[in-house]
Amino acid sequence: MNQIDRRSLLQAGCALVVSFCLPLSSSTAKPASGPKTVSPDRVDGFLAITRDGHITVYSGKVDLGTGVRTALTQIVAEELDVPMSHVSLVEGDTALTPDQGVTSGSLSIQNGGMQLRRAAATARWAVLRRAAARLRQDISTLSLHEGVITAKNGKRLPIGEFVDGTTLAIDITKDVQEKSPHAYTIVGKSVPRLDIPDKVNGRFTFMQDFKLPDMLHGRVVRPSGFGATLVSYNESSVADIPGIVKVVRINNFLGVVAKSEWSAIKAAQQLAVTWSKWEGLPDQSRIWQHVRSTPVVRDDVTSRTGDSRFALASTASKLAATYEFAIHTHGSIGPSCSVAIFAEGKLTCWTASQATHDLRKQLAATLAIPDSDVRCIYVEGAGCYGRNGHEDAAADAALLSRAVGKPVRVQWMRADEHGWDPKGPPTLLDMRAAIDNVGGVAAWESELCVPDGTAGFVTLVGSELAGLDSLGKLSPGGVLNDLAVPYVFPNVTTTAHRLASTPLRPAWIRSPGRLQNTFSNESFLDEIAAATDTDPLDIRLRYLTDDRGKELLERLAKLSKWRERPKSDRGANIVTGRGLAYVKYELVRTYVGAVAEVEVNRKTRQLAVKRFYVAHDCGQIINPDGLRNQIEGCIVQTVSRTLKEQVTFDRSMVTSLDWASYPILTFPEIPEVVIDLIDRPEEVPWGGGEPACAVVPSAIAGAVFEATGVRLRSVPFTPANVLAELGGA
Amino acid sequence: MATTALNVNGSTVSVAVDDPDTRLLYVLRNELGLHGPRFGCGLGQCGACTVHVDGAAIRSCVTPLSAVKGKIVTLEGLGTNAKPHPLQEAFVQEQALQCGYCINGMIMQSAALLARNPKPNEGEVKAELANNLCRCGTHLRIVRAVLRAAGT
Repeated sequence: MNQIDRRSLLQAGCALVVSFCLPLSSSTAKPASGPKTVSPDRVDGFLAITRDGHITVYSGKVDLGTGVRTALTQIVAEELDVPMSHVSLVEGDTALTPDQGVTSGSLSIQNGGMQLRRAAATARWAVLRRAAARLRQDISTLSLHEGVITAKNGKRLPIGEFVDGTTLAIDITKDVQEKSPHAYTIVGKSVPRLDIPDKVNGRFTFMQDFKLPDMLHGRVVRPSGFGATLVSYNESSVADIPGIVKVVRINNFLGVVAKSEWSAIKAAQQLAVTWSKWEGLPDQSRIWQHVRSTPVVRDDVTSRTGDSRFALASTASKLAATYEFAIHTHGSIGPSCSVAIFAEGKLTCWTASQATHDLRKQLAATLAIPDSDVRCIYVEGAGCYGRNGHEDAAADAALLSRAVGKPVRVQWMRADEHGWDPKGPPTLLDMRAAIDNVGGVAAWESELCVPDGTAGFVTLVGSELAGLDSLGKLSPGGVLNDLAVPYVFPNVTTTAHRLASTPLRPAWIRSPGRLQNTFSNESFLDEIAAATDTDPLDIRLRYLTDDRGKELLERLAKLSKWRERPKSDRGANIVTGRGLAYVKYELVRTYVGAVAEVEVNRKTRQLAVKRFYVAHDCGQIINPDGLRNQIEGCIVQTVSRTLKEQVTFDRSMVTSLDWASYPILTFPEIPEVVIDLIDRPEEVPWGGGEPACAVVPSAIAGAVFEATGVRLRSVPFTPANVLAELGGA
Repeated sequence: MATTALNVNGSTVSVAVDDPDTRLLYVLRNELGLHGPRFGCGLGQCGACTVHVDGAAIRSCVTPLSAVKGKIVTLEGLGTNAKPHPLQEAFVQEQALQCGYCINGMIMQSAALLARNPKPNEGEVKAELANNLCRCGTHLRIVRAVLRAAGT
């Protein structure tokens, strides 16, 4: 194996991905000569067209199980006027695809898709220019339809006839003339997802299914506490297990490699290991005191209007409330997995990472080799909903492969995933408002306590345990977004206190920061509404100046019959209520409004979310059914997070290590979801993968308030928490 | 290395494993190359690994090979691309998945339900799937797909 030639390995790798993962025809385009460009500024960075008209799209944005592969295929097929069946996607391969940034933040269509649209439009015009020159026709007389160029004289030739090695070797035209939305036949249609037939028939190759010849199976053995060090281990404790290849130790990194997966699992469980005692985590029962006492490294003021401090000081009527949002885990149904081969000083790694280009740099740092000697190739895994453990599993596989000189597959076990994937950090918000003498909002202030950092490189667990660099730093995601409010108040200050640390390694989980901040903002606005005897819808309409936002709220009111809703009978055993919430995502894109309908059983204290109404405007819709699927997922997943989820830990380690200790929403608890999609074909498309999450917790809290008069300010709204609040009602 | 004969998807196959305690899931996936059943928790909590043994839906991740005495059917054996099971067709028609990692369990569990109760109502479908976890939040579509397959 150590004689493997780099070139043949890369070719083999590509071929494997192609044959295992992508529905490519045998005519998959290859670059004419030399390495393919991965420049995001060039058409051939993104596209190749074969002579028979097959289009290969090289996408740095990847399908994380959201259906975006289908949507991106629609965008390219539409712009090039070819059938979708002629288009295939290569995703997230550092040797082949441009770096389009992390696949996160509901940006795959909005950013990635528009890069592809411009590339495809530039390609379209390049091909038409070639055709015009070759056929000696005026370009305006040529038509392109279904991949065939037709001249006025009736001559018909497939577009591949006009493509050679130089046709697409051009810069993308930034202001290229794109197809008019009026002419769309593919974009805007609910095209069935390309991956579903193979997924329902058991023929789809997930990351967890990916295999290489001579591949060995690895499992990691993690410390008993996050800061524990390896005192000793006894290799002979696994000597009776057949097929053990090696027990690998690098500082505090410990793993086993075996010929069979079952032997690797048994060895990881059976290996006798002594870790040092480490109890450096805070007391979970005092988590919010811990957050408040964590050193602040910086204050970020995310919005300021007027003088909120003066307005608060000079107004008699004031409101204040504190909101808490617990630590969450991603909870991928398939734990993280990766396959790596390290040979002749170079690494090839198959991974379900959201960011293969970033992972490449991190793995290169860990292995102390140049970036150019690492290739990361995306293979779709179980849904990750953010930065889960996929990247960490890649580092584990790289370290184990380097130790044994063979390809190694690392599959995290459930406890590895629940225990060691990075978490959504505990988030605390203090809110204050001043109410003037006619019931208007005179001042609004918020103070957010959240870890420092952005959506950067998250430290790789295996690298850190091994004492190796992974370029990591505190990276909770873009958690300041939506701390500023979409409403126009005369005096506003919104401040984020950036904390030096947080108990568990943080990273982004679907709608990071936007979810927590919107929960607080919208709930607190409801508190103001209640204090001023204003309807939750009316107070939003009063302080919004954005017509598109107001239109959305009116559509939501109509959909949910908000104004005709029955008054809650707070004396009933089972009380019902409705709550309403609104977000303009990051204040610059997708608009979402939601109404939650809940039932609270006053005897059992059980809270059930029965129905969600959602109005959604993300501009131009690429695939309406795909968008609905994402919105339904946002609602259901966030109802789960809001009602049930909370990572638990003792002083050493996470203790919610399985689905019994970290329960999520089950079938009998699922709310109905009713959606009104507002399509604006003439507008740019924005994201739909996470904005709808942001409105869920406050809509539920508002509904509980309407039903019971009790305000829930701490997520999750578990029966114990609801009981505590209702008990005092 | 012991050799065990298994009946999988209508064929008798012989598998050689070191340890009769090896969970059925790994035998199906690694020895027989069947990717319908998936590893989700290894604890019997999530349902991603579900297969049928003599028509009953079982969790293959906690079932030792030595305990398997009947005819095994996996997602691959439920139907084919050419002749899919009504549930597989219905899941496509309803576009009833997002990442799809759990969907093996959803289909296999539901197939066992439909075999003993061909016309379940919505509540019965939800009760049957109460121990199958989906993280993407595709539950509503999954229920619709099962009801569509049942013609109810």
